[in-house]
Amino acid sequence: MEKLKPTLKNMTLVLVGVAVVVGFILAYVNHVTEGPIAEKAKATLAQGIKDVMKVDGIQVTKEDTVKTNVDGKDLTYIVHETSDKSGKPVGAAVESTTTGFGGDLKVLVGFDHDGKITGYTILESSETPGLGAKAEKWFQSTADGGKGGKSCVIGLSPKDGELKVSKDGGQVDAITASTITSRAFLKAINEAYAAYCKQNTDGTSGASKQENKKG
Amino acid sequence: MSNYKIFINGLIKENPTFVLFLGMCPTLATTTSAINGLSMGLATMAVLICTNFVISCIRKLVPDMVHIPVYIVVIAGFVTVLQMFMSAYAPDSINKALGIYIPLIVVNCIILGRAESFACKNTPVASAFDGLGIGLGFALALTLLGCVREFLGAGSIFGIHILPEVTNVLLFVLPPGAFLTLGYLVAIFNKVRGNDK
Repeated sequence: MEKLKPTLKNMTLVLVGVAVVVGFILAYVNHVTEGPIAEKAKATLAQGIKDVMKVDGIQVTKEDTVKTNVDGKDLTYIVHETSDKSGKPVGAAVESTTTGFGGDLKVLVGFDHDGKITGYTILESSETPGLGAKAEKWFQSTADGGKGGKSCVIGLSPKDGELKVSKDGGQVDAITASTITSRAFLKAINEAYAAYCKQNTDGTSGASKQENKKG
Repeated sequence: MSNYKIFINGLIKENPTFVLFLGMCPTLATTTSAINGLSMGLATMAVLICTNFVISCIRKLVPDMVHIPVYIVVIAGFVTVLQMFMSAYAPDSINKALGIYIPLIVVNCIILGRAESFACKNTPVASAFDGLGIGLGFALALTLLGCVREFLGAGSIFGIHILPEVTNVLLFVLPPGAFLTLGYLVAIFNKVRGNDK
């Protein structure tokens, strides 16, 4: 078969044809994968909430979005209030995003009623593997290679003052050679706590407003 | 040329990373660990086999003057499909680590380069084999680079710790380490390859 002649008609037909075919394929694949992608994101979040709250039979009772404006940047925190099996509130898991060394650092951190950190997990990060990426485990290991466990943030509370790395006069040991990541991580926790408090004080009025709307 | 020869040609004689120096951006950026390098290599290989095959199938239907836009549409289509499948079914850690580099496969010069220099002149089957060879060559090169960098920089290979932490040379997981490692690997590869002749 000869190659098609580059006439205007041929070129238009070929380009349009290819674009239409590819468009249909993409639409179909999007349709197929849409469900699994959404489900996966949901499952990851649910698993994360379960992990950070450290309570059996956890349920999310309310989801709130707290918006603040820091240094001219709009920041959004999502507060997932949780309760245990019997329905007793046990605190909240908060999604918080800061800028780390390699990009956005998104942390899900759990607080109990006293504002104590129950656990955390990294939802999204682009930190350096072998360095900042260690944050996943670093801040919840009490052993820490025999350094006295000062790197652990579980059980600490930002209520007693902002969490800071020991280099900045704080109480938490930073990851070796990853001070920027460590600072970003603690900042995320501090901000998450602030969002949690804010949501708590606004919480009652917010909830009643919602009920009023429904009524 | 037999399909086997085409395959070996892509894997060694025209290895995209060590000989042709194509696709350097993902090569340097994603090889911070062995598993990242391997997944990037395999993702590229999958796209390359598909695009080479399809482009070869439609090579006679595409007038010369519009061949680049047509190829790009085909390539972008396959990459988007791959991206959707990866975010739906691939493990989270790999998906997060590769992130931006998956869409960037669209403009990876290996893909368009092979379409231009091989697929548009050869039969679909031969083109698929070329994609397999070149793709596997790319994947192996990236895995090797990832292994070396992870081993020197973090003391582990594929996440399995081998060396104690004190021996880690952090430089190697950072960007300069990518250039250094690549340079040495290219030198070694070409020395070995040269002796084969």
